[in-house]
Amino acid sequence: MRKLAFLNNIFKQRKSEPAPEGPKVDRGILVFENTSEVIRAEGILKKKGWDIRVMGPPPEIRSGCDLIIEIPLIEELNILRTLEEVGNPPLQMVPVSSPLLQPVDLFQKKDFGRHLMIRAANMKLTIDKETQVIVNVSGGGCPDVPYLAQEMVGKSLSEAPGPREIGHTLCGYALQLAYEEMIRRC
Amino acid sequence: MLAIIGTVPDQDFPLAAGEVVLVNNEIYIEGKKVSVNRGTPALLASAIKTCEVLDIPGPFGYLVGDIGHGDGSRSLYEHLTRVLGKCNYHTIAFHYLQPDADWHNRVLFAVEEMAQRPVLIADAGFMYAAKMSGRSCEYDLFTPDIGELAFLADEEAPHPFYTRGFILHEENRVPDLISRAYSHRNAARCLLVKGEKDYVADSEGIRTVVDHPSEEAMEAMGGTGDTVTGIASALIDSGMPVHDAAVAAVRANRIAGSYAKPTPATQVKEIVEHIPGALEEILHKEERISEQIRA
Repeated sequence: MRKLAFLNNIFKQRKSEPAPEGPKVDRGILVFENTSEVIRAEGILKKKGWDIRVMGPPPEIRSGCDLIIEIPLIEELNILRTLEEVGNPPLQMVPVSSPLLQPVDLFQKKDFGRHLMIRAANMKLTIDKETQVIVNVSGGGCPDVPYLAQEMVGKSLSEAPGPREIGHTLCGYALQLAYEEMIRRC
Repeated sequence: MLAIIGTVPDQDFPLAAGEVVLVNNEIYIEGKKVSVNRGTPALLASAIKTCEVLDIPGPFGYLVGDIGHGDGSRSLYEHLTRVLGKCNYHTIAFHYLQPDADWHNRVLFAVEEMAQRPVLIADAGFMYAAKMSGRSCEYDLFTPDIGELAFLADEEAPHPFYTRGFILHEENRVPDLISRAYSHRNAARCLLVKGEKDYVADSEGIRTVVDHPSEEAMEAMGGTGDTVTGIASALIDSGMPVHDAAVAAVRANRIAGSYAKPTPATQVKEIVEHIPGALEEILHKEERISEQIRA
């Protein structure tokens, strides 16, 4: 009953008052259980050609190591259906009007002669330019960083698993950006 | 005694709490072993080497397997909330843990229950959680690299991944970034900033800059920051003031690095081997200076 009264009040307000001017809400965010699910969903949705972006969550739902996916609201149903079909549905979808945190998009390159290092945010990836073998992974503070290093170091860029496939955190995602930049430059 | 808390990159590694020993590039805890290459095992190995040189008891470790899902970290957080309040440590170093502001605060409450407040050190994921929780000031030492310093300086960023572009993490911006981190109360009492030059600072500004010996290749090597934090933790546990321990740690790490003659492909275990020699060099030099002053 209380919920119904609340909705009635909203409708009354809508009839009697002009809609307040405000930012246009045409984007929504998909919130997932964990970062691994975000990374998986991003890959699926990008492959399908959706106009989506991986962003930082608004302050009220931050826990510490989070990503969300920003989607066009008009495509909400199709996107949700796609994710349901692959067994990777979000926990919830929330419309957004305020700006979201932008992931870092600056890369720094350091050429050591035989070796090349690329840094994205707090993550660094270094390869041997002659063999394209990954010789070091450094930086970062999330627990998948030592795991990613263990799985990637000593393998060539083409053989090594991508951080997107085996990483689970924001540091893993930053390493993915460094990895993509390295592939672009090599 | 020194407690070191972190994770290892093995999903099946169970929660272990006990004394840690180092044998041939592997650390052992409660009968389980893990390779020293980077992350918390590298921090532990460097702390053990430092404790041996100082002839003090080695660290007590709290370790769990976590490859980024966060489940291992959460089980360790939960364990710490139950046991820390009854423990008696002089120094605690928190390291690779899934950043989680809520669990961080619960662990800090457990620390507050300890009979004597320990010296608190945070690096890696736990430092991210400390900053995000707005409780950085309760720590005695943070050990960020320059990218992480930019994150501490950005009052809006909940993780280094979201550091805003105008807060550039460039070597020549370090004094500004340190000042900004302190002005927003996002720094520990002492900051050890690891980079081309190492900076030791407090709320009054930069106290010490160490830039030699210099091995450019160390920037690319995973784990060199972990070894600095490990050496500093053990020196602090020996009773050395935090600032002095931070300066001695970066000096020792640089000397150990130069002994290893590294390339960007060198692995950190090669540096760990040289830590005792580097520390002996620094400590003997200080002894000689003290003797000269007395004479």
